[in-house]
Amino acid sequence: MEIGLTHFLVISVVLFTFGTAMIVTRRNAVMVLMGLELLLNAAGINFVAFSRFTPAVSGHTNPLNHLSGDITALFVIVLAAAEAAVALAIVLNIYNTFNTIDVDEVDALRE
Amino acid sequence: MFESAISLGSGGLGLLASAESGGGSWNSGGLYVLAFYLFAALAVVPGIFLLMVRDVVRAAFLLLGSLSGVAGLYALLGAEFIAFAQVLVYIGGILILLLFGVMLTNREPILLHGAPTHQLVLPGVIVGAVSLVGLLYVATSYSWQAAPIDSARIGYSAKNLGFLLMTDYVLPFEIASVLLLVALIGAAMIARRKGLTQEPE
Repeated sequence: MEIGLTHFLVISVVLFTFGTAMIVTRRNAVMVLMGLELLLNAAGINFVAFSRFTPAVSGHTNPLNHLSGDITALFVIVLAAAEAAVALAIVLNIYNTFNTIDVDEVDALRE
Repeated sequence: MFESAISLGSGGLGLLASAESGGGSWNSGGLYVLAFYLFAALAVVPGIFLLMVRDVVRAAFLLLGSLSGVAGLYALLGAEFIAFAQVLVYIGGILILLLFGVMLTNREPILLHGAPTHQLVLPGVIVGAVSLVGLLYVATSYSWQAAPIDSARIGYSAKNLGFLLMTDYVLPFEIASVLLLVALIGAAMIARRKGLTQEPE
């Protein structure tokens, strides 16, 4: 049995829906961030799977351009690190201000 | 040095795979299929439990399992550099950061913080199920123009990724480095303790 593109796409879709469900149903802000990380991982798997299963298109100026999905997945990892740092800084600030990180209770725009 | 080790490792795996299947393509060997299902289970099964746990620390370790499974899937797709980057950055950086966030933000008992909202569990499940069915239908029924690049594996190495980053993708590379700098400075500024810095009168 051959593992094709569809197998990796199914994994990506399943991880995507788990991440979305975590973001929607969780009250703890850190849990929401974990769902976000699952979401970004699903996107990365999608990128690399398409990059692997797409034939190299002739006529490109750079013959290595079929690796563009890999490059995008790399940048997704970098951006996920940056936004995790900023998001956790915001969560810490919220905790210092409101004394809770329940996303349902943090509903005031002023201190 | 690392490149030879990586090529030895993947060459060994390829030899094992082709030995099982009798010279088929790279993705039909028995060992490859077994490894795929193992890493797929490692990626997906903690995701199922993540929706059900109440404890934040347990959720963090389930996320660790899921990220390791995704790293294994990257390696099975041939992108070894991205698999290593995933382990280093996601597991070694972001997950540790999340654990620090968990550690610094619980003064009350941990169990209270993880419970999902009762009003939102049913809509969340419905949204998840509908989107899962829809996306699975699209992913499996559409005939992708999928042609796996042959065993020559043109260009799948860290050297070629680095070459692309320096020639075609140098602008996103520079922007990403500036963004990382700005994000880290901003995060340090947002999370600083109030009251330690006095504004000048």
